[in-house]
Amino acid sequence: MLLLDRTGVIDDLWPRIGEEDPLPEAGRALVDFRRLGEAVKTGLELGVHLPNDTEADAVVSRLARLALISVEFPSFADGRGFSIGRALRQRGFAGRLRASGPVIADQFAYLLEVGFDEVAVPDSVAARQAPESWQAALGAITLGYQRGIGRPSILEQRRAARA
Amino acid sequence: MYRYDEFDQRFVDERTAQFRAQVARRLKGELTEAEFKPLRLMNGLYLQLHAYMLRVAIPYGTLNGRQMRKLAEIAERWDRGYGHFTTRQNIQFNWPKLNDVPDILDALAEVEMHAIQTSGNCIRNVTSDPFAGAAPDEIEDPRITAELLRQWSSLHPEFTFLGRKFKIAVTGSETDRAAIKIHDIGLQIVQRDGETGYRVLVGGGLGRSPFVAQELRAFLPKADLLPYLEAALRVYNLHGRRDNKYKARIKILVHELGIAEYRAQVEAEFDRMDGDAVAVPTEEVARIAAYFAPPDLADRMGDADEAARMTAASSDFAAWLEQNTASHRTPGYRGVTISLKPIGGAPGDATAEQMRAMADIAERFSQDEMRVTHEQNVVLPHVAEGDLFRVWRALASAGLDAANKGLVTDIIACPGLDYCALATARSIPVAQDIARRFADPERQRAIGPLQIKISGCINACGHHHVGHIGILGLDKAGVESYQITLGGDATETAEIGARTGPGFAYEQVPGVIETILDTYLDLRLAGETFLGAYRRVGMEPFKEALYAAA
Repeated sequence: MLLLDRTGVIDDLWPRIGEEDPLPEAGRALVDFRRLGEAVKTGLELGVHLPNDTEADAVVSRLARLALISVEFPSFADGRGFSIGRALRQRGFAGRLRASGPVIADQFAYLLEVGFDEVAVPDSVAARQAPESWQAALGAITLGYQRGIGRPSILEQRRAARA
Repeated sequence: MYRYDEFDQRFVDERTAQFRAQVARRLKGELTEAEFKPLRLMNGLYLQLHAYMLRVAIPYGTLNGRQMRKLAEIAERWDRGYGHFTTRQNIQFNWPKLNDVPDILDALAEVEMHAIQTSGNCIRNVTSDPFAGAAPDEIEDPRITAELLRQWSSLHPEFTFLGRKFKIAVTGSETDRAAIKIHDIGLQIVQRDGETGYRVLVGGGLGRSPFVAQELRAFLPKADLLPYLEAALRVYNLHGRRDNKYKARIKILVHELGIAEYRAQVEAEFDRMDGDAVAVPTEEVARIAAYFAPPDLADRMGDADEAARMTAASSDFAAWLEQNTASHRTPGYRGVTISLKPIGGAPGDATAEQMRAMADIAERFSQDEMRVTHEQNVVLPHVAEGDLFRVWRALASAGLDAANKGLVTDIIACPGLDYCALATARSIPVAQDIARRFADPERQRAIGPLQIKISGCINACGHHHVGHIGILGLDKAGVESYQITLGGDATETAEIGARTGPGFAYEQVPGVIETILDTYLDLRLAGETFLGAYRRVGMEPFKEALYAAA
């Protein structure tokens, strides 16, 4: 697995807890969504992994308790996660947001723009798409028409030019 | 019309450079074909039956002479000297080479054009009324909204990998010339208590499960447009089906949830959203609107009667004037439809020479503006009546004077088996055979207003479901078979056509159309159109005429 944020490759500090594994005593744990109820009762620093048929609203009452939310992208073509990420941010999630799955470098900018901080891609993708490609892809389009995304907004730049 | 500023230009230039790099990465193997496919599609590049096909966006169908000339140049330099105007108000080039495509995109960017999102599972080129800004019945020029949506939907980070394509159409008139009811979202500019806003329709579409759109909101204040669309798209992106591409359009979601439930979800999402963070600032709307200010048309009432006088000199001109021109909001002017349906031609095709002729005529006589229509014709929106005879002569010398707008030979057809990888049957030759059968202009006029629409497969790019007569070409055990539907309608009174019964062989189709139209001519009341007559008498008389003998 290759983990990247806008600065490049980063270390994964979040041990993923398998379905049958016991929860650790202390520290960080990234658990499946179905174990969230159990995990919130612990003192662990928590991350949760959401399948992409789960709504942001399913975790909305726990947002303050979560330091990381990892959203599943089963395929780069399945874009539900983009809306889940945006909805989580709009509902006030301020922790770390991760896109997990075989997304491609050309989607990196979109992911950051809807609110993700990092992407975790499997080795099969990482083998073809080196970290430099991910960095290069980020710089391909330097401005956008939407507001409230990371790219400098054309609308805001026009407004500034008028002022 | 809209002109790029430095930001629009930089955006398109960067997009072109990005695609050039993506092609290089594909050729190096960094991207798999599966990964490259949506990237090329979102730049308009399809892999067809014989070659790549490049679909160029003509936002809401509007283009000027310089842009049309560039399309002509592309057709000559990188294609085979012609282009194909589509039902989505775009143009397709059927023979480009992959390596040339970045250069073609650069050439387009020189004239403020691109191929962004003309394909792929994203928000497609926004379409509109070809008579926008000219029609007498318009509340507001719908292109202001369409351009706003073009910008907002371009590389929208949340909605670029939807379950399926997403098409939005906008009309500013009650009379719907943009077929908004067969779009994923249709916007109609309306007024309520003196305020201008939108009536929002959702869930229309053709394909293998045709639906007429339903009303999502009777009145949406203008300022809420983008947040409301984001809410509507988000609900679709999250809940639309992903298990079957034929059930992935929003029409299926709306159908399965029911409009009331879908509306409740959209409204809930809309209420939760910080609309102000998404909405477009009013000064930006004003900036766009200024580009669509009505053209400064000279007073031409002085020679407005010239067209009427020339009808005495030429009956061909009289027929064209009657059939291919429409009223204009400015006295002394008319909107002109250039028919791309000459008898025996491929519907929607134009050669490079014809494109240049249209550009010349538009520059001289129509405020340097043209509009591609969803009927695959080209409109000159603002022509002085005193110039109509000269315009007609110029069109005639380029073979663009077919006087058949809205008649039996003004046929919509998809590319079909001659080009398309999805097609199951030929469409263009069917259109050509029907047009030849009804070539006699007097016979066409006697039949009156009629829309025949032909699709070469179930995906319905030829809009057969909403043709007054629809023709759907299928493959039955290796043989082409054509199903006929009657009573379809793409306007504000939209209907999905009903099937007559078993299909017909390729050779039978012109005769079948003739039987249907003879039946109509026999039973029609004075002044009754084909569609009117069908709505009055229903399917039975036609069915009997078609199948009783067999």
